[in-house]
Amino acid sequence: MKAMYFKELSSFFSSRIAYVVIGTFLILLGLILWVFPDTSVLDNNYAQLDPLFAIAPLVFMFLIPALTMRSFAEEYNSGTMELLYTKPVSELKLVMSKYAAYCSIVGIALLPTLIYYYSIYQLGAPKGNLDSGAIIGSYIGLFSLSAVFVAIGIFSSSLTKNQITAFVIGTFLCFFFTWFFEFVSGLSIFYGSVDDIVERIGINFHYSSMSKGVIDSRDVIYFISVSVFFLILTHFIIKSKRI
Amino acid sequence: MGIQLQSVSKFYGEQAAVDGISFEAKPGEIVGLLGPNGAGKSTTMKMICGYIQQDEGSILMNGDDVRHSPIETRRQIGYLAEQNPMYTDMYVREFLQFNSQIHKLSSSQARIDEVIDLTGLQKEQNKLINQLSKGYKQRVGLAQAILHDPPILILDEPISGLDPNQLVEIRSLIKYLGETKTVLFSSHILQEVEHMCDRLLVLNNGQLVMDGTIDEFNQKQSGQSIIEAVFENKIDISSILKSQDIVVNQIDSAFTIQTFEPSELKTALFDLAVQTENRLTELSEQKSTMEDVFHSLTKAEK
Repeated sequence: MKAMYFKELSSFFSSRIAYVVIGTFLILLGLILWVFPDTSVLDNNYAQLDPLFAIAPLVFMFLIPALTMRSFAEEYNSGTMELLYTKPVSELKLVMSKYAAYCSIVGIALLPTLIYYYSIYQLGAPKGNLDSGAIIGSYIGLFSLSAVFVAIGIFSSSLTKNQITAFVIGTFLCFFFTWFFEFVSGLSIFYGSVDDIVERIGINFHYSSMSKGVIDSRDVIYFISVSVFFLILTHFIIKSKRI
Repeated sequence: MGIQLQSVSKFYGEQAAVDGISFEAKPGEIVGLLGPNGAGKSTTMKMICGYIQQDEGSILMNGDDVRHSPIETRRQIGYLAEQNPMYTDMYVREFLQFNSQIHKLSSSQARIDEVIDLTGLQKEQNKLINQLSKGYKQRVGLAQAILHDPPILILDEPISGLDPNQLVEIRSLIKYLGETKTVLFSSHILQEVEHMCDRLLVLNNGQLVMDGTIDEFNQKQSGQSIIEAVFENKIDISSILKSQDIVVNQIDSAFTIQTFEPSELKTALFDLAVQTENRLTELSEQKSTMEDVFHSLTKAEK
């Protein structure tokens, strides 16, 4: 499992796509947080990182499926899945090592945003006047969300050997699970009766409180169970591809 | 450690890719798997390696069904797939390193050096797999298969893409490995099979049409010859043919005939030429070759 994990990391960071995708992500966030006047922290006049946690999920919906699209699709396409299938590695370990590797990659992509935190910390009046606890909570929330997206991305990559198809399916599923249930809960058939239950199925309901830095065990359990759900699906797909 | 297949079948839809195959391979034995394209050679090998599940029958390793402990089974098998899949963005050494980690080998560096020596990859060990020629990629594939010193080797067309010099080296390597291990390899180069293996399995349309030694294979049609006769004018030779004689090919007045009694047939052909005053311009006899045996084995079933 360790071998698979490091193989995944090294093959990712030895490809140029890795730097393009992570670079794009950081440039986009940087522009939104510091340059564009509507969302800029500098024009906002408050020492807080809220725009980061509001916008990151939207960027991640594209970014994470773009990172994970090659995870299994590439193995199918180049035939190396046959190599892995005939090695003494269980399917569960295959899925879990890829999941762990891509979670680490997203973690690494998030690391440079700590500079934003440091900048705002320095810019606060008086210096250091910001709610660090809330920001730590928000980071945990954002990482939980990413972990769910990684599970979704790996699942969609396990469905096909075409990376583009994997990306489209992954992005769609991320959108769907984030916003669809919230939207549907406002429809008249649900509204007033079960709308709160329907809303709770979606990701956004749980993320919106976590992004404010409130870590509720129910939300954490929700994120873990959605990830596990998609990992189980992936495991099932990988097992069934062994014809 | 030996392998044993008991009436193993694999169906793709209605069609049987492998149809009730049974055979056994023992340690110290090199078994060649022969057959035309689509005969089920690769499917059989993939089933032994656990990449594909059989629909019927069972595959035993040391008397134990491979489905009981698939991970343990895969530890005992070295497999070189037909397409030789590899991570082409890795360096040769890195790729072998990765494989040794997957197999959890303890003294991996020493073993990697040993395998690199065995497969003759010394000069290429620090190159990207991408940059290697087909023959060298084939060697890396072989190195990967023997890295964990498995008692069973399954090699799907190990010698394709090799030049004549490489062929000799790899052939002797496989022979050396076959002294202690169970080696099952496939090929459609008949001469190779003749040089390398102790036993031959011929597959056709998913069925085992022959299982025996090279000698048995050659004896299969011993005494059978191919007669080529060319007449000056058109002629009907059906009157002189015996029931066992087969006209393999006929172009105008040139015949290729398969027979068990070549001298009698030659006399008859000569007499026929005299009787009909149709001169024989050519008459020759050939002993049937491995190719002919292969043809007759794999044609008859269709």
